Amino acid sequence: MSLSIKDDEIDIVIGALRPDLTSFMNEWRTIFSRFHLIIVKDPDLKEELKIPEGFNLDVYKKPDIDRVVGTSTSTIFSGYSCRYFGYLVSRKKYIISVDDDCYPVKDNKGILVDAVAQHITNLTTPATPFFFNTLYDPFTEGADFVRGYPFSLRSGVQCALSCGLWLNLADYDAPTQALKPEERNSRYVDAVLTVPARTLMPISGINIAFNREVIGPALLPSLRLGGEGKFRWETMEDIWSGMCVKVVCDHLGLGVKTGMPYVWRNDRGDAIASLRKEWEGVKLMEEVVPFFQSVRLSREATTTEDCVAEVANVVKEQLGSKDPMFARAAKAMVDWVKLWKSVGSST
Amino acid sequence: MAEPATATQAAAPVVALLKDELDIVIPTIRNLDFLEMWRPFFQPYHLIIVQDGDPSKTIKVPEGFDYELYNRNDINRILGPKASCISFKDSACRCFGYMVSKKKYIFTIDDDCFVAKDPSGKAINALEQHIKNLLSSSTPFFFNTLYDPFREGADFVRGYPFSLREGVPTAASHGLWLNIPDYDAPTQLVKPLERNTRYVDAVLTIPKGTLFPMCGMNLAFNRELIGPAMYFGLMGDGQPIGRYDDMWAGWCTKVICDHLGLGVKTGLPYIFHSKASNPFVNLRKEYKGIYWQEEIIPFFQQAVLPKDCTTVQKCYIELAKQVKEKLSKVDPYFDKLADAMVTWIEAWDELNPTGPVPNGKAA
Repeated sequence: MSLSIKDDEIDIVIGALRPDLTSFMNEWRTIFSRFHLIIVKDPDLKEELKIPEGFNLDVYKKPDIDRVVGTSTSTIFSGYSCRYFGYLVSRKKYIISVDDDCYPVKDNKGILVDAVAQHITNLTTPATPFFFNTLYDPFTEGADFVRGYPFSLRSGVQCALSCGLWLNLADYDAPTQALKPEERNSRYVDAVLTVPARTLMPISGINIAFNREVIGPALLPSLRLGGEGKFRWETMEDIWSGMCVKVVCDHLGLGVKTGMPYVWRNDRGDAIASLRKEWEGVKLMEEVVPFFQSVRLSREATTTEDCVAEVANVVKEQLGSKDPMFARAAKAMVDWVKLWKSVGSST
Repeated sequence: MAEPATATQAAAPVVALLKDELDIVIPTIRNLDFLEMWRPFFQPYHLIIVQDGDPSKTIKVPEGFDYELYNRNDINRILGPKASCISFKDSACRCFGYMVSKKKYIFTIDDDCFVAKDPSGKAINALEQHIKNLLSSSTPFFFNTLYDPFREGADFVRGYPFSLREGVPTAASHGLWLNIPDYDAPTQLVKPLERNTRYVDAVLTIPKGTLFPMCGMNLAFNRELIGPAMYFGLMGDGQPIGRYDDMWAGWCTKVICDHLGLGVKTGLPYIFHSKASNPFVNLRKEYKGIYWQEEIIPFFQQAVLPKDCTTVQKCYIELAKQVKEKLSKVDPYFDKLADAMVTWIEAWDELNPTGPVPNGKAA
């Protein structure tokens, strides 16, 4: 853990889509217990949450969400999007968020991976988006910039987002997993790297961390599939949010890292059953990717809120007419910025 | 701590992939003893040895290898006045080997690079991995967070558009190094004892629009797709700069690949780099490059090739023109380099007269 980061600068936000968090919390106990946790219960979940003792946490359920944002707005936090409520009410500088079906892993040397520490290291060391370093993260111990890396680019930029990966059940879409039902990710890649500027990627919400003060408003609940469900195969909300975040980061000169830490993602659900729901999302990406690749923000957009508002505008203008889902997403983005300004805080 | 595999640990491959379609190009000024360790992996292939330095010296090639060897006299004889584009007293001379090769693929390796071991202790067949990289597609238009989706046990992640999943042809495969890392002289001076012991089990495509520092120590490419772009510049004797040969080729190659819709991969395979060159000697060679690259990088980042540049040669000639226009003011060296780039293409076309192969679509 970096010496300059205090534990009280970190919130761990967990979206609870399943009621019994006992084994989840117990498995993460040695890593999570020193931090404050925000647990947000999916407003659609009927059963009571079961959370073991011994954690410093705040739990938010539907009545709490209703109270803070109003009953009509609280619907935006249904399903996996419930975690965004946690981002909204957090007052910490760094947020780490993992899905409630993920557990800590052991690395290649058999040592338990402290995913929180790795995310914080990623966020507190510079990112290098303007030139690719072939030895990956130059700030990691035992590595450096290689010959040919311009010196003027070696101080890097602030890292706003850290995207972790998953062993066992990788974040494949439903068609891919359905075609390869036995495939599990067993490859532990010992690297962190900066995603280059203007390069987009699918940012998965399963294992993610970010600097809330710098980029908070850009992680947002906005795109909701018509058939969105309670398995990741049945959503695209994080992928959409991630595209926005990357565009905003590129515009503001902030970095995004990908790679370690890994978490172990448990088998859950049935890819073939999810195929029916997620096909919509798979088709959408054909539009979404070229769209985000073409987005250019104005020079006047100097804050994250401004950037998000501009992206929302472009979404409305260019995608809104193609599918009402996009029009709704654009509106949700505008509403989110307002909500962030009134409820969220930058300090 | 990283250790090289021993010759006995290197198991002979069951099948030598592409053995009649790939040449191994090795520049050397010392000796080729290192080939003994690579024998199980290299012996099925044809070698092109480019002997740098004193042509009267005899470089002994270990028994049993099928090879052709060129020294400076041969280079001068074959290219005549165009030989001026081939560096002397610098491993940049290796690109002569690319030019005279008649094969589709090239693998080039330095003579101080040995067989590395993977974390399980198994000897790494670097050539086999390069071939796998070259024969599978690249994905430069959208980043896959699980790295190369075509590797066994991996795939495209959720959110990756299906229309981009076919990928594009791979033009180059850039391997890495355990033990002595490829640092520049200032970094070597500050960290003389640092060794790369991290085995990163990944191959990935370098995204379109992103430049990288290409190292020529452990490199393979599809000569038909990108060969003419792999000119290693004017280095060494009589030149103001050294150790920027592969860098230069890498930047030209990446710009052209991006333009033509071809892919460049980096990552596996690892080789074991055994020799740390003298950092003071390196500093003398590199120091101009260190501040010139501050101009060179923006030049390549902003370089735009016109749509009618549909072959590698046309792209390269256009780049040479832009180098002359925009970089000559940095130093007259670039004027000379731009001319040498043109000479290189002329020599390439002379030695490879079947004409340019269409290389995909211009971006």
